[in-house]
Amino acid sequence: MSQAPHQTEQDVRRLDTTAVASFLELDSDGTVTIYSGKVELGTGIATALSQIVADELGVPIESIRIVMGDTALTPDQGTTAGSKTLQVAGPLLQRAAIAARRELLERAAERLEVDPRDLTIVDGVVRPIDGSTFAIPIGDLAAEPFSGTIPDAAGPGERTSGVVGTSVPRVDLLAKLTGGRAYVHDVVLDGMLHGRVIRPYVRTMDGSGHVVAVDDGDALAIPGVVAVVRDGDFLGVVAEREEIAIRAAEALRVTWADDPPLPSPDALHDRMRMADTIDTEPLHRGDVDAAMRDSSRTLTATYRFPMQAHASMGPSCAVADVGDDRATIYTSTQGVYGLRAALAPLLGMDEDRIQMIYREGAGCYGHNGADDVAADAVLLSQAVGRPVRVQWMRRDEFAWEPKGPAMLIDMSAALDPDNDILAWQHTTWTPTHVARPGGQPGHLLAGQQVDPPMPEPQMRMGGGDRNAPTTYAFPNERVTMHWLPDAPLRPSAFRTLGGLHNTTANEMFLDEIAASIGEDPVALRLRLLPDSRAREVVSAAAERAGWGTAIDAPDGMLAGRGIAFTRYEVEYAYVAMVADVLIDPDSGLVRATRMVAAHDCGRIINPDGVRNQVEGNIIQGISRSLKEEVRWDDREITTLTWETYPILTFPEVPEIDIVLIDRPVEPPLGAGEPATCPVTAAIGNAIHDATGVWMRDVPFTPERVRQAMERR
Amino acid sequence: MASPVSPTRITINGREREIEASPGTPLVYALRNDLGLVAAKYGCGLGRCGACTVHLDGEAAFSCMVSVGEVAGREVTTLEGLGSANALHPLQQAFLDEQAAQCGYCIPGIIMTVAALLEKDPHPDDDAIRTALEGMLCRCGAHDRILRAIRRVTDAPRAESWV
Repeated sequence: MSQAPHQTEQDVRRLDTTAVASFLELDSDGTVTIYSGKVELGTGIATALSQIVADELGVPIESIRIVMGDTALTPDQGTTAGSKTLQVAGPLLQRAAIAARRELLERAAERLEVDPRDLTIVDGVVRPIDGSTFAIPIGDLAAEPFSGTIPDAAGPGERTSGVVGTSVPRVDLLAKLTGGRAYVHDVVLDGMLHGRVIRPYVRTMDGSGHVVAVDDGDALAIPGVVAVVRDGDFLGVVAEREEIAIRAAEALRVTWADDPPLPSPDALHDRMRMADTIDTEPLHRGDVDAAMRDSSRTLTATYRFPMQAHASMGPSCAVADVGDDRATIYTSTQGVYGLRAALAPLLGMDEDRIQMIYREGAGCYGHNGADDVAADAVLLSQAVGRPVRVQWMRRDEFAWEPKGPAMLIDMSAALDPDNDILAWQHTTWTPTHVARPGGQPGHLLAGQQVDPPMPEPQMRMGGGDRNAPTTYAFPNERVTMHWLPDAPLRPSAFRTLGGLHNTTANEMFLDEIAASIGEDPVALRLRLLPDSRAREVVSAAAERAGWGTAIDAPDGMLAGRGIAFTRYEVEYAYVAMVADVLIDPDSGLVRATRMVAAHDCGRIINPDGVRNQVEGNIIQGISRSLKEEVRWDDREITTLTWETYPILTFPEVPEIDIVLIDRPVEPPLGAGEPATCPVTAAIGNAIHDATGVWMRDVPFTPERVRQAMERR
Repeated sequence: MASPVSPTRITINGREREIEASPGTPLVYALRNDLGLVAAKYGCGLGRCGACTVHLDGEAAFSCMVSVGEVAGREVTTLEGLGSANALHPLQQAFLDEQAAQCGYCIPGIIMTVAALLEKDPHPDDDAIRTALEGMLCRCGAHDRILRAIRRVTDAPRAESWV
């Protein structure tokens, strides 16, 4: 099994999403190639998809190769996001592989003049079921491409390789561990130059940062500088060498127009509450207002979440080779087709002249700078007529990547005299979480800057209501969304979209209720969850964590334990998480010492792959819970370094214990992000257990915890 | 137009190499762009993430923070000099065995840092490993399995040399 090398020839591959041949190809040596529109984001999905195909075809995993995200070779399967690849593309490839296997059996049966039902495929070889000795390697049946269409329902496959459900090692790791060219950052083309772009260290929704004047004398005087490129407010430099491009960008003297001052981040949530909004009601069951009126007691709480950064380790990068009538672009975008449609008008070139080739970036947790840097590289390459590689600098990435949006959530609940929860109201203020380029060049930073600018994008409000509804048996429940058309910095998708925020509010508020009625948080959840799979993860996490047992705390430290539950998007993977924390009461410093997760994502394709994702969700989730907040002054973002935007470090990583619940007969559900959702609430609830204070402002920084404890 | 500078001679992975980069060039760019050694990654350019870590005379060093001129006459070792796909270093093997990566961008720097640590102390305890890795950032959250991979090596009987 290997990752396929780049193919430069314009293939005549079928790209329609109904044909088996669009996704699967068989070579005469028995190699099976998967053509996947979904791409590897560092989560191991190339391996998991290979397992599914190997399993259904009956071939060894080593004979699978996979090509991902190439507009000349792979069908358009939309954006790789939302923990949907295994969930959506997995079953599609499974059905394609089942159909391909049937076709191979028919070809073999015709040749052997037997009934195809008497044949099977094991280890890439067609054999009779009755054990007779003759055999045909499937490579001998590869003369013609697969001719079938992918069935809507294929029924159960024969699954003769048994490779699904095992921890097959990842296909991409050897190269990454040995300095192979595994990333878009490593792409080299003949005659390639290096570019950098220059913008103010801020990224607003309207592309502010207008250029008044540019003095490029010093930059152009540096030996090795090829060009200073300006198109409207888009400004870049191109040089023979990377370090020269960096120096030239620093040497460019730019006078920027005065932009209106940015509103203070400290006033952000108050402004959100006052803003004009577009209101929707994604859920209203029963009559919440009537239940609130009639209840004997109501509780309320407000939760605030900051803007956060994807903060990939390697700043975004792309390589573009733009000629007169065709362009090739290497990119780590999550959607090669959507980005191509956005770049075409920017380039003034038809889409069919543009080939997008996916290469991995440095981790992907949502809509980061990958799309924008591709537009930067395209414009610079077009300007100089040679291939150009652009990698943003660390500060560029922190400044320009779209941000995970800030959110404000009001919770209220009504209790009856028996302390049952009668009504549950969840009210969220948020900008949209979805602003991917998707055919709209006005979503790209460069698209906003060129002269004339690309048309303003049609904004779609979405993602902020993810996991705002609960799966608890509340007789009356309502979710009210106040969508903000604007935000100080441009928002877009960050892992879970609103799922982390809404789960935090729901699960911390439920613990506030539990505390106020004197009920155990685990018992309350088990009582309110009608779904047995939900109850099972809650029980499993509680049991593994030793719920109800004491936590060792060093002298002077406060210890606490908290639980939270989520069912991702109310219909996918189930996760329960228990956090143990230690708190230094003098400093307010919170440390997560042990995290236990119980995780049910249906049929598990690769157990170690799932564990890897859950571990990552937990660690990144702790980081987002305790540390991360994008800050700015009236002019620009001030969190442009790892010192000012710290993330969790090795000494701070807790013990992690994961219970995987496999459901071999259930559909597979994505595991890329569900386990992020309950992390903050589990920690917040543990802080309350330790200190008696409810932390309602994320992140739970030492200063905030200390102040909350002092106020108490 | 190429930079009008005379070539600089540096020793990389035991071989003397001549590169066009001017003496002031940060080493990471010379490694990646002149020598095709891409294990060291640009992460922050400020020595605050560790993605570019190499060895300088056996000590872990940020290749974004030293210039080509500064390493002339010294031994530079990159991950490629530690082991290869056909001859994995014990740490690379352990990371593979433990599947200790997600995106993997940070891993070469982490392996180089740990290799330098083990040269001084072959059996560091958990605190020593974590402290040595304090400046090594990983955004995917692969820390737990990275630590497990390292323990596979540190808990093993003493090897002669890790470098």
